[in-house]
Amino acid sequence: MRLIIEIAITHVVGRGRQTMVAILGVAVGVGFSIAMAALMQGSQNDFIEQLVNEMPHVQITDERRSPPRQPAEDVFDAVDIQSLRPREDRRGIINPTAALTWLEGWVPGRFAQSLRTQGVIRFAGRDVGASIVGIDPEKEAGVSPIIDDFRQGSFAALAAGGNNVLIGDTMAEKLGAKLGDTITAVSSTGLTRNFKIVGLFHTGTTARDEGEAYVLLKNAQILSERANAINEIRIKLNDPGAAPMVARRAEADLGYKAEAWQEANESLLEALVVRNVIMYTVVAAIMLVAGFGIFNIVSTITHEKARDIAIMKSLGFRQSDMRRIFLLEGVTIGTIGSLSGWVVGFLLAYILSNIRFELSAGGREITSLPVAWSFLHYIIASSFALASAALAGYLPARKAAQLNPVEIIRGAA
Amino acid sequence: MTVLLEARDLVRILPAVVPVTLVDGVSMTVHEKEFIAITGPSGSGKSSLLYLLGLLDRPTSGTLYIGGKDTEPMNEIERAQTRLVMLGFVFQFHFLLPEFTVRENVEIPMRRLGRLSRAAMRQRADDLLNSLGLEGHLDKRPDQLSGGQRQRVAVARALANDPPLVLADEPTGSLDSHSSEQVFEILKELVRERGKTVISVTHDLDMAERMDRRIHFVDGRIESETRPNRTAAPAEAK
Repeated sequence: MRLIIEIAITHVVGRGRQTMVAILGVAVGVGFSIAMAALMQGSQNDFIEQLVNEMPHVQITDERRSPPRQPAEDVFDAVDIQSLRPREDRRGIINPTAALTWLEGWVPGRFAQSLRTQGVIRFAGRDVGASIVGIDPEKEAGVSPIIDDFRQGSFAALAAGGNNVLIGDTMAEKLGAKLGDTITAVSSTGLTRNFKIVGLFHTGTTARDEGEAYVLLKNAQILSERANAINEIRIKLNDPGAAPMVARRAEADLGYKAEAWQEANESLLEALVVRNVIMYTVVAAIMLVAGFGIFNIVSTITHEKARDIAIMKSLGFRQSDMRRIFLLEGVTIGTIGSLSGWVVGFLLAYILSNIRFELSAGGREITSLPVAWSFLHYIIASSFALASAALAGYLPARKAAQLNPVEIIRGAA
Repeated sequence: MTVLLEARDLVRILPAVVPVTLVDGVSMTVHEKEFIAITGPSGSGKSSLLYLLGLLDRPTSGTLYIGGKDTEPMNEIERAQTRLVMLGFVFQFHFLLPEFTVRENVEIPMRRLGRLSRAAMRQRADDLLNSLGLEGHLDKRPDQLSGGQRQRVAVARALANDPPLVLADEPTGSLDSHSSEQVFEILKELVRERGKTVISVTHDLDMAERMDRRIHFVDGRIESETRPNRTAAPAEAK
C-alpha cells in the first residue's frame, strides 16, 4: 500500500502546474460555495433576527380565539338560538396580578404588561389616530423594541413619572410637534389629557413610528377609565424558538389568545421557506458546477495517465492497484483543494461582510452584508468537492484499468 | 531442457464489424535459455502474439502454459502476479514512468512484489543498472537520458524481479545502430550469462540471424522456423 501512496503522491507532485490548476479549480469551487451559502444563510438569519427583535416573542391579549358561549346557549343546549345579544364582558385581562405571578413562575424570559387603547393625539389643531400604550417602564425595558432607538430624549425620561409621553418621529412630524411640546390625547371614551413629549423614537417600522404613543400604565388606565386593567402581556423569551410552546401553555391556562411570533408572522415565514428552497437550489447549483469543474480537471489528468496505467499493468500491477492510485490522487487533490477552498471561502465571506453601503430608505444607518459563519457550510462544500474529485479519479482509472493495455501500448507506438 | 512456455493453437480475433484475425492458430514451445527472434512484415501479427504470450492480451481460443501452468483459468489478479514474477517486458519505446528516477523505475516492480527488504531492493536495482553501464545516472529522470540509456533502464526494469522470460517488442526499433548493437548485446548476454529466455520481435533481419531461433510470421501464422545459430541452440544441445 505504501508503494501505491508513493506513486500517487509522486504523480500529484510531479505535475506541478497541472496539480496547481486542479487544486485551484477545487478551491475556487469550494470557496464560492461557502461564500454564497454564508451570504444566503446570513441574510436569512438577519431577517429573522430583525423580525424576532422587533416583536414580542409571545403576545397575550384579551382577545379570544372563539366568541365566548352565552349563558342562554348553555342552558338551552338543544335549541339553536339566533340573534343572541352577547352579555357585555369586562374587557381586559381579568385578574392580571394572578396571571403575571403565574407566568413569572415558569416562563424563561422577561415580560411586561401593558394597556393598549385606541385614541387620537391632537396638537396645534392636527389629529393623528394612535395606539396609546400604557407601560410599566421598568418591565418594558426588558421587552421593548423602542428602547434603543431614540432620536431625541430618552426612555428613562418616561420612567421619571408625570404626564409624559413618548412618540415616534414620524408622528411628531405629522403633528408638527417637537420634543418638549405638550400634546393632547383623546381616548375612545372621550376623555382628554395633556402629555409632554419627552422622547422621540425611530424604529424603522412605520406603523410604530407613526401610530404608537407610550405613556405610563397608570395614565393609560385613567385615560381609558379602566383602573388596574391591562389587556396585553408581551413576553421576550431567552430562547425565541420556545415561543410556540410557551404560547400554547399560556393560552391553555389563561384562556386568552397567546400568539407566538411564528404564528404572527406565518405568511412571512412561509415566504422564507420558498426563499430557502431558492437558496439551496442556488448553492447546490454552484456546487454542481464546481463539482463538474473538479471532475473535468481530475479526469483529464487521469486520462493523460492512460499510458502509465498500461505500463504499470504490464509490469504486474493489478486493476485494483490502478484504481486505488487514481482514487488516491483524486482524493489528494480534493483534500488540498478543499482546505484551500476553506481559506478562499473564509476570505470571500470576510470581504463580503466588510462591504458597507448606505440604505437611505427609512433613514437606516450604514449597513453591511449579513454573513453567517457556519462550519457546516465548510463541511458540506468540501465533502461535495471531495466526492466529485474522488469520482473523477476513480471512474476514468477504472475504465483505463479495464482497458486492454495492448491498445494503449499500440496507440503510443 | 525444461519447457518454459507452451502455446497450442493460439487464435486472437479482434471483434469488430468485420472481425480481424491477428493471430491464426500458432503453436510453439519455448525452452529455458532460448534466444528467439520473431520476424515478419508489418501487420503480420507478431506483436499481437508477443502480447498474448506476455498475458497482456487474452487469446480468443487456444491454450497457453507458462512455467507449466495453464493461463486460461487465471483471473486478472493471477495474471498480474504471473507478469510480475515470470515475465519482463521491453517495448519499442522505453515506457519508463516519467515522474520517477531511474532507480525508482527499476525498484517499482520489486516493491510491488515485496519479497526483498527496501535496502536489498535498492542494492539490486543499483547492481542491475550498473551492470548495464548506467552508473552515474541512477538519480536522473528518464527524460535526462539518451534513447539507448533509457532502453537499458527498461531492460533493467524487466529484470527487476529476476523473471525467467523476457519479452521484447522491437527493442531496438527506435535506436540508432550503435545503441541498437549495445541493446542487442545486452539481450544476448541475458541469455548466455544470466540464463534468461528472450523472445524478441524484430524488423532487423541481421539481428534475427544472430539469434538461436528465428520464427517467421506471415498473416498471423508461423510461415517458417529456422535455427541460424545452431551451435548455441539449447534445444539442439540436448
